[in-house]
Amino acid sequence: MSQQPPGEEIARRLVARASWQPLEVLFWAAALASIYVLPGRHLILTEIAILGLFALSLDLILGYAGIVSLGQAAFFGFGAYAAGLLAKYDLVTEPLLALIVSGVAAALVGFVTSFLVLRGSDLTRIMVTLGVALVLREIANRYAWLTGGADGLQGVEIKPLFGLYRFDMFGHTAFCYALGVLIVLFLLARRIVHSPFGLSLQSIKGNPVRAAAVGIPVNGRLVAIYTIAAGYAGVAGALLTQTTAFTSLSVLDFERSADLLLVLIIGGTGYLYGGLIGAILFKLMQDYLAALTPQYWPFWIGLLLVAIVLIGRERIMSWTKPIRALARRLDWRRSTTAVAVEGQRP
Amino acid sequence: MRRLTALKAALAVGLLGLTSAAWAQDPVKIGLILPMTGQQASTGKQIKAGVDLYIKEHGDTVAGRKIEVILKDDAAVPDNTKRLAQELIVNDKVSVIAGFGVTPAALAAAPLATEGKVIELVMAAGTSIITERSPYIARTSFTLAQSSVPLADWAAKNGIKKVVTMVSDYAPGHDAEKSFSDRFKEAGGEVIEAIRFPLANPDFAPFLQRAADAKPDAIMVFVPSGQGGTFMKQFTERGLDKAGIKVIGPGDVTDDDLLPAMGDAVLGAVTAHFYSADHPSAKNQAYVEAFKKANNFRPNFMSVGGYDGMHLIYEALKKTGGKADGDTLIAAMKGMSWESPRGPISIDPETRDIIQNVYMRKVEKKAGELYNVEFATFEGIKDPVKAAKK
Repeated sequence: MSQQPPGEEIARRLVARASWQPLEVLFWAAALASIYVLPGRHLILTEIAILGLFALSLDLILGYAGIVSLGQAAFFGFGAYAAGLLAKYDLVTEPLLALIVSGVAAALVGFVTSFLVLRGSDLTRIMVTLGVALVLREIANRYAWLTGGADGLQGVEIKPLFGLYRFDMFGHTAFCYALGVLIVLFLLARRIVHSPFGLSLQSIKGNPVRAAAVGIPVNGRLVAIYTIAAGYAGVAGALLTQTTAFTSLSVLDFERSADLLLVLIIGGTGYLYGGLIGAILFKLMQDYLAALTPQYWPFWIGLLLVAIVLIGRERIMSWTKPIRALARRLDWRRSTTAVAVEGQRP
Repeated sequence: MRRLTALKAALAVGLLGLTSAAWAQDPVKIGLILPMTGQQASTGKQIKAGVDLYIKEHGDTVAGRKIEVILKDDAAVPDNTKRLAQELIVNDKVSVIAGFGVTPAALAAAPLATEGKVIELVMAAGTSIITERSPYIARTSFTLAQSSVPLADWAAKNGIKKVVTMVSDYAPGHDAEKSFSDRFKEAGGEVIEAIRFPLANPDFAPFLQRAADAKPDAIMVFVPSGQGGTFMKQFTERGLDKAGIKVIGPGDVTDDDLLPAMGDAVLGAVTAHFYSADHPSAKNQAYVEAFKKANNFRPNFMSVGGYDGMHLIYEALKKTGGKADGDTLIAAMKGMSWESPRGPISIDPETRDIIQNVYMRKVEKKAGELYNVEFATFEGIKDPVKAAKK
């Protein structure tokens, strides 16, 4: 392979990295199977899907572009209120359409605020994103005639999906809907991060000055990904409103942004699945512990988080090595591509 | 073909028999959704203690059915409340969802009560509109207007002419402000300024200054249970007590749970409320004693909401012979009346809201501890907001 020009070699590696791994296929197969296998758990699964999508939005900016944010709830909340208001005043009655409108609206807010984030380094960014979220929360609190203020937005009624599927009490429709949206947006995110655009983001994350030196428009790229991520967060928020037919100030809480960062830390950044895995672990842990000790569960969550950090995620990941090794052995393409490469050799 | 139908019918009858036999032994499940963590945790703690005490005193079996309480923590976040209520109804098949520390939580669960035909028993939240949101909602706590209207009557008759109202900016606060102001103006009083402050983490100081500048005879204050201590502290720090301004309000501001720690600053504060740990009845003395023995704190008005809520469930089940479906149970709850630690109470058959006495109390020192000592009674108060709508 050493005879090949370096450009081709890099391209081959990038394509290999972007190709579907067996474990990924397994992950999504399991997600789809849960529709039939766990019908009694659809309510929490819906929450997991929404939190996973929300974490994905943070991963896009943190894991790929290196923007630390403590205010992602701003866009989540904006999307949530947008969806709530659209439904309450019968502006857009089709849930899917309302979801898209809410997502775009949140993306617009993201676009406007992205220019604040461009300035300064990590600490400034934390402050700015946090500030934006606080400001939005207070606006929602202040304009109670529109948002319901501290009482939450009452009287939201979500019409059936596509005019056919009512959001039932068991959460079946809600889960299928949330999972569907998650899959579509995940595929889009996967496409984005493996595209030249995504690669340029990673180089900006690595070293913005050098990235600028090789001709990458750093600011433009950051604005773009920040806007996209805001749209993702907005869709997640809108999903929450639509599946619960309710929204309140808690969607804009600082805790929501902070929890999100925790979720991503648990799952790991920069490979898209971190947010999803983190969301699953975080929610299940919370649900299980809160059922055991409704008074003291935050203590156990805290303890587990400290333990996870002390043990180190890499070490925990290494426990799954046998599974990954097995998956690699089962990879049907591996042998064929290897043969193909052999065959191409002169 | 006909034989098959006959077989099906026989099977159906058999199944029916089975289910009805099963229901006789099945436990009645009660989903108790309370804020056990977060800012409203003291509400959850009090109600849980009230519920536990009732079960301890009255056993866990009623009308041949075991009572099973499933406690969930919603941290007073309404979308948590909604999900938990949904899971309790769908997965645990509860007959009653109870608790609800704050109004938004109670409102979020209301559509589920209607859809699932499950009783929603409100043990804390005090906004008037809650019981109107579902025909399956009953309440054993109070409404803000129940306390505010008698308070306005009392203030007008006792030489208070000019009042500044100060309330937390959310539904119960608005209820308190409106019902007090309307009644007070009717009685010839004057509300010279209406101040609202944010619900979460308020700093009262600037608002208190505004109130002081208006030079009222009294400040009518409503803050949710838990914030009263801070309010009273800042009130005395600014020297408003020395300026001769009285503090009056619904009883949340001198909550029994926090009262002992408030210090002498609160001495003389006059409040109107439905429960005081000092209520002079044999029933209440026994209640306070048993409560203090089981927990190392004093019961407050939230705890009796939980205690009476359990009583309502127990008595309704006795009346229905253990039948716990929503329609039967809510019918049994309507019009029920009993003697609570707070005094005689009943459930209004029309609104499913509580009818109770409201007492005027003044903070005094008794055996070294601060108490709300009752000095006047308004009997059988219905929710004035709903009464006014008729």
